[in-house]
Amino acid sequence: MHELAIAQSIVSTVESEVRRQNLPPVIQIAVRIGALSDIVPDALIFNFEAITRDTPFEQTELLVEHVELKARCKVCNHAFEVENLFFSCPDCDSGQVELTQGEELDISYIEVADNN
Amino acid sequence: MAQIPLKGKLTSENDLLAAELRDEFRENKIFSLNLVSSPGSGKTSLLEKTLAALGDKLEMGLIAGDVQTENDANRLIQAGGKMVRPIVTNGACHLDAKMIMRVLPEFNLNRLDVLFIENVGNLVCPSSFDLGEDMKVVLISTTEGDDKPLKYPAMFRRSSLMIINKIDLLGLSDFDLDRVKKHARQINANIEIIELSCRTEVGMESWFNWLTGKIREGCPSR
Repeated sequence: MHELAIAQSIVSTVESEVRRQNLPPVIQIAVRIGALSDIVPDALIFNFEAITRDTPFEQTELLVEHVELKARCKVCNHAFEVENLFFSCPDCDSGQVELTQGEELDISYIEVADNN
Repeated sequence: MAQIPLKGKLTSENDLLAAELRDEFRENKIFSLNLVSSPGSGKTSLLEKTLAALGDKLEMGLIAGDVQTENDANRLIQAGGKMVRPIVTNGACHLDAKMIMRVLPEFNLNRLDVLFIENVGNLVCPSSFDLGEDMKVVLISTTEGDDKPLKYPAMFRRSSLMIINKIDLLGLSDFDLDRVKKHARQINANIEIIELSCRTEVGMESWFNWLTGKIREGCPSR
């Protein structure tokens, strides 16, 4: 539901980078969205397209990379993928685990047109 | 075409403001809680009862976030809240740090012991927006599904305390107390759990003790 706020944040972040580096038109924006970020990729793309209509980003493609949930056990140090929402260590059963990925809400790169 | 790496979180603008808020709360030794739940779980009722029981012992600041109306803020003022500010989001599904920043100057911060931020009723979006709080408290009530922790794992993963409200109504629905606790601990082994009823006041003492204990010991992040 907060995809609109995130889409606005994508646009403002890229806009300021384009201005700062005086970049040519942006062809693609790649973002990494963690499984625990409660963001629906389709809804994010829909919102991004809606707010960039009639702007310099109208032709820009938004690429959404999904990041799986992974964790590490603080007791036995076992690294594992969190499956079926069991946030406990499959080896020693401890619930003392820290997430190593899956909470991302990041921009990873932008692709710009050739400057000629 | 050229690829340009861009590092940065999409919530970084909010996170920066939240960090400023956190500093401000710490400087003023304020214990701050972000209350989250579905609509109708009893956030406002919990705060009303807290004002009635502890209003003369603790200086409480309250921020009541709602999509529309100042009804919740008015209820808290009626319940004896002396420092209450509404935030009407006009449609936004969550509070963000900028909104808190905007109302904060209206509080006499050096007098406050605790600041309650009652978020918009929504178990999805508020989990992504840090408000500078010490802890998130998630409420669930026995008229909801006992699988809520599994449906909204981010919120239960990031909350320190789960309050189960309306336990006076247990048995009138299929809500299973053991099941909801099991689900919550599956998501977050460290989550504390308090069962109570704001209506009959059974269990309220546990909440008051938890709250006053946290304020007395100084919250862990301070």
